[in-house]
Amino acid sequence: MHIYFAQAIPLITYIDESCLYLKEKKCRICEGACKNDAIDLHQTPEKIELKVGAVILSPGYDVFDPKVRDEYGYGRLQNVVTGMDYERLMCATGPYEGEILRASDRRHPHNVAWIQCVGSRRDTAGDNGYCSSVCCTYAQKQVILTKDHNSETPCTIFHNDVRAYGKGFETFYQRTQQLPNVRFIRSYASIVGEDPETKNVIVRYATADEGVKEEQFEMVVLSVGLNPPKDYQGLAKKFGIEVNGHGFCQIDSANPMATTRPGIFVSGAFQGPLDIPESVFTASAAGAQCGELLNSRRGRLTTERVYPPETDNTAAEPRIGVFVCHCGANISRVVDVPDTVAYVQTLPNVVHVQNQLFSCATNSMKAIVDTVKEKSLNRVVIAACSPRTLEALFRDTLQEAGINKYYLDMANIREHCSWCHAREKEAATAKAKDIVRMSVARSIKLEPLQEFDLPVNRAALVVGGGLAGMTCALSIADQGHDVYLLEKEAELGGNARRLHSTIDGKNVQADLTRLIRRIYRHPAIHVYNEAVITEATGYIGNFVTRITSERGPAVIEHGAAVIAIGAEEYKPTEYLYGQDDRVLTHLELGERLAKSDAAVTGAQGVVMIQCVGCRNQDRNYCSRVCCSHSVKNALQLKAINPEMDVVIAFRDMRTYGFNENYYREASHQGVRFIRWTPEDPPTVEAAEADDGRAVLQVAVTDSILGSKIAFDADLVVLAAAIVPSRGAQEIASLFKVPLGPDGFFQEGHVKLRPVEFATDGVFLCGMAHYPKHMPEAVNQAYGAAGRALTLLSNDIVTVSGAVCEVNEKQCMGCGACVEVCTYDAIELRKTRQGEKAVVNPVICKGDGLCNAVCPTGAIVLKHFTDLEIESQIDALLPEPIEVQ
Amino acid sequence: MCSGRVDLAHILRAFAKGADGVFIGGCRLGECNYITHGNYHALNLALLSKKIFEHIGLNPRRLHIAFMSGGEGNLFASEVDGFCKTIKELGPIGQSEEISPARLEEVMSDITRLVPYIKIEKHEKLTVCLEDETTYEDHFSLDEIKRLFEEVASYYIDPAKCQACMICARSCPVEAIDGGKGVVHVIDQDKCIKCGTCLNACPSRFGAVTKIVGGPVPAPLPLDQRTIVRKGGKEKTTSTEKVLP
Repeated sequence: MHIYFAQAIPLITYIDESCLYLKEKKCRICEGACKNDAIDLHQTPEKIELKVGAVILSPGYDVFDPKVRDEYGYGRLQNVVTGMDYERLMCATGPYEGEILRASDRRHPHNVAWIQCVGSRRDTAGDNGYCSSVCCTYAQKQVILTKDHNSETPCTIFHNDVRAYGKGFETFYQRTQQLPNVRFIRSYASIVGEDPETKNVIVRYATADEGVKEEQFEMVVLSVGLNPPKDYQGLAKKFGIEVNGHGFCQIDSANPMATTRPGIFVSGAFQGPLDIPESVFTASAAGAQCGELLNSRRGRLTTERVYPPETDNTAAEPRIGVFVCHCGANISRVVDVPDTVAYVQTLPNVVHVQNQLFSCATNSMKAIVDTVKEKSLNRVVIAACSPRTLEALFRDTLQEAGINKYYLDMANIREHCSWCHAREKEAATAKAKDIVRMSVARSIKLEPLQEFDLPVNRAALVVGGGLAGMTCALSIADQGHDVYLLEKEAELGGNARRLHSTIDGKNVQADLTRLIRRIYRHPAIHVYNEAVITEATGYIGNFVTRITSERGPAVIEHGAAVIAIGAEEYKPTEYLYGQDDRVLTHLELGERLAKSDAAVTGAQGVVMIQCVGCRNQDRNYCSRVCCSHSVKNALQLKAINPEMDVVIAFRDMRTYGFNENYYREASHQGVRFIRWTPEDPPTVEAAEADDGRAVLQVAVTDSILGSKIAFDADLVVLAAAIVPSRGAQEIASLFKVPLGPDGFFQEGHVKLRPVEFATDGVFLCGMAHYPKHMPEAVNQAYGAAGRALTLLSNDIVTVSGAVCEVNEKQCMGCGACVEVCTYDAIELRKTRQGEKAVVNPVICKGDGLCNAVCPTGAIVLKHFTDLEIESQIDALLPEPIEVQ
Repeated sequence: MCSGRVDLAHILRAFAKGADGVFIGGCRLGECNYITHGNYHALNLALLSKKIFEHIGLNPRRLHIAFMSGGEGNLFASEVDGFCKTIKELGPIGQSEEISPARLEEVMSDITRLVPYIKIEKHEKLTVCLEDETTYEDHFSLDEIKRLFEEVASYYIDPAKCQACMICARSCPVEAIDGGKGVVHVIDQDKCIKCGTCLNACPSRFGAVTKIVGGPVPAPLPLDQRTIVRKGGKEKTTSTEKVLP
């Protein structure tokens, strides 16, 4: 009998096939033991028929199994593990409770190597031809975590191109590189065998300086890639959908959520190899598309949650219940939980203490509710993990128990204690007691807070009429909401207007024209061209935005806003761009290709230079799309004239996912690829070719040969970076949302809230977020629509009670708070006693800067009051330490 | 809650309670996930506090501020380890500085009472964004802190001018002004936070509130001498004048 895991929903035990009764009709002990008579050993499989209007397929991916090829040594050599095995080794709930140990001798490895592209980017049988997209970055993460376990461990990564193409990936790559004792070695690596005594793994590789050599590692991690789900054929047959040549879902690049069968949608890595943020985009996006189909039935199957009435505890003596979580073994392996429980019993106002295996498990939460009722608790302290993930859940538990949800305090004895003091158990237990004592002290001072219900205006504002903005606007409008679509130019379309074909050969302009036509014909979409936003005020559910446009000034009231202002092509200053008209950017080449420009079609030699204007000091990020863009254009040139000499001078070819196939295809077509390093970039100068024609000579130092190679080019094409829109700063300050270090908009959370901002009611999609391919922009656009609709389809929205409030009597009207509030949530109002600050609690984000600058303590951040914070300080330092 | 919520009073309280060191952790500068960039406020506050400690003879290294992201556990650990090492070197608070616990408590309590005054005086410098690390050290100077404490103002109500109109008493944010209608107002110097609200509130035709810098504040009149008797509703005298014709 098993429970899947303590947080499983529903939390129910199941019986597997090894049951003696099921096999031999013996035993039946469990039946007798179950007091509720819940065990039925005569259950048989039953067919359940569900009538649904739409289906979302999100079967995920399967991990590549390196056993398919003996050369990886997996399963044969004990100290060769896969990336997924290594994840488990590092995990606190893993086989060695978070210790990284070798299978051969249960010792910590002191020297670990990663081999990239295992099972990916290979044409050989059993391997996958595509790039798995996620392995470069997950291996870097594993290096960082290995260093967290033991900073001394040397880490080596054998890699091909390092594909740090995602948002923040380039700096993450640099962070890994800069760790001490980390080597990135660009080489194919093969596993030769193991040392029979030490069981160390022998790896053979080659470097430009030292040639072929062998080296031993105590552990080798195979960075295995992503396979389609195991039974993809069965899945395809069952749902009547098609799969592509790799076994992933066959999708339409104009709408990657659509399968080949209407009404059946796909989200996640079944689309193809995706990382977590992309996967989350597609999840919201598939939801939005189901919404379009089933809008008329929205809400029919939902039932409203009813909480018991809240008891008023404002005057009651604090009665605190403390629940100390083992977190499986995450906490209890280090912190002596029973000892902590015994200690907490001695604290003032604590009337109940208990330990729990997993406080977040369904049965534990029920125990909390029951105990609150039984013992009339009015404060609850959960000594467990960070409030960041589970505070909302426990607040809900308090509400369920009939007490105000702000009477909860979480004492973080996991991240702040057991995880960082694994080797100092006694000291960790003492620290856990300190942390819980502080929490108990704070909980005494906690006050019940009320949240605010706001009405929601059902309309949406979409800023930016490019592909992402239009797609998002259509999805919202198709679900019955008015959408105001603002475009700064005279025409809709954005950057897509300059793109003519996709890498898979689709006609962009035809699709774009259709999309624009749908926008203009949609009765609920109101387009404002040449729009300029003059003022944006209001808050979630109730925004008021003032604009001017070709239609004159307008005031738009809306409940949600989507920022989709796109990005721009960098205007190069390098490689004679702007000085010699034979130097173009890829967008310019694309436009001239579309017009069959003779200078392009007649060229004998074309050199493309990658990473122009990015991956450098000024713009420390990868523009993501340029490698595939170059390959696409190179293939088109080769299609026009197979004899044309096409060279791509690159740093890392980042044709991730299925675009790897086109990279290989270009190689087969004779496109030459030559790698350069930032220390020695290519040079371009006007010269004369051997046949006497005037050319641009591009000299590149070949990193393998070490010598300069010169190419004669009739055209030099620059893969110019994608840079943030010029309007980004202004839009950011109007809507009070942040920009990241690269100048692109900063989402609320990279993985958990990738299309939202920290400012409620404002959403994000398209290249305003980061450079991306069109299908990716569509994913995110539908994703943003999906999230916006969860807001817009409700009549009310609830906002936090942990906001600032002014005690008018104490306010001296100095305005310091107004000055520091970047949300404009505070204003000074005239009263008979002079000016006084007033907070609009709906706009307040609860950062508390105003509280810290207020001279008189008139403005208070509720839930983090001076009284609450100081009670924690006092509890930590109960007695001044005597100086001897 | 943002690291910018950390209050000078919180830091002082920890030291007054016997903490040997205080560590403030914030998000990486310039990478605020919101738009507040309150971590700069925390930085300024730390810089100010360090200078105050230097001024009173406490080692400023007992306060440390570091910036990191939620994913940088290793950085956090090395920062905390380094700080613990520093504090162990410095020993218990007051020891290496030769300040007795009683004196320390007294000093901390004196400064805590001046927190509102310091917030008002240094508001601008506390809320600016210091982009350039080289300017950190000079953001607050020791001279400036010395002046700050030398120039602490006190507010005093001249009994001869006070009309007992209640305007200042009503405007005082901390209810430090005693006296009702017809009773000369007196500022309770222990409660006063030196915000100057009363100075601005007192009608200029009375001008009863004065700001005293440096010198002592005259003792208040005894309560039995503070009653104002108005003659014909126009003139007024204090009871002092009445008993001494």
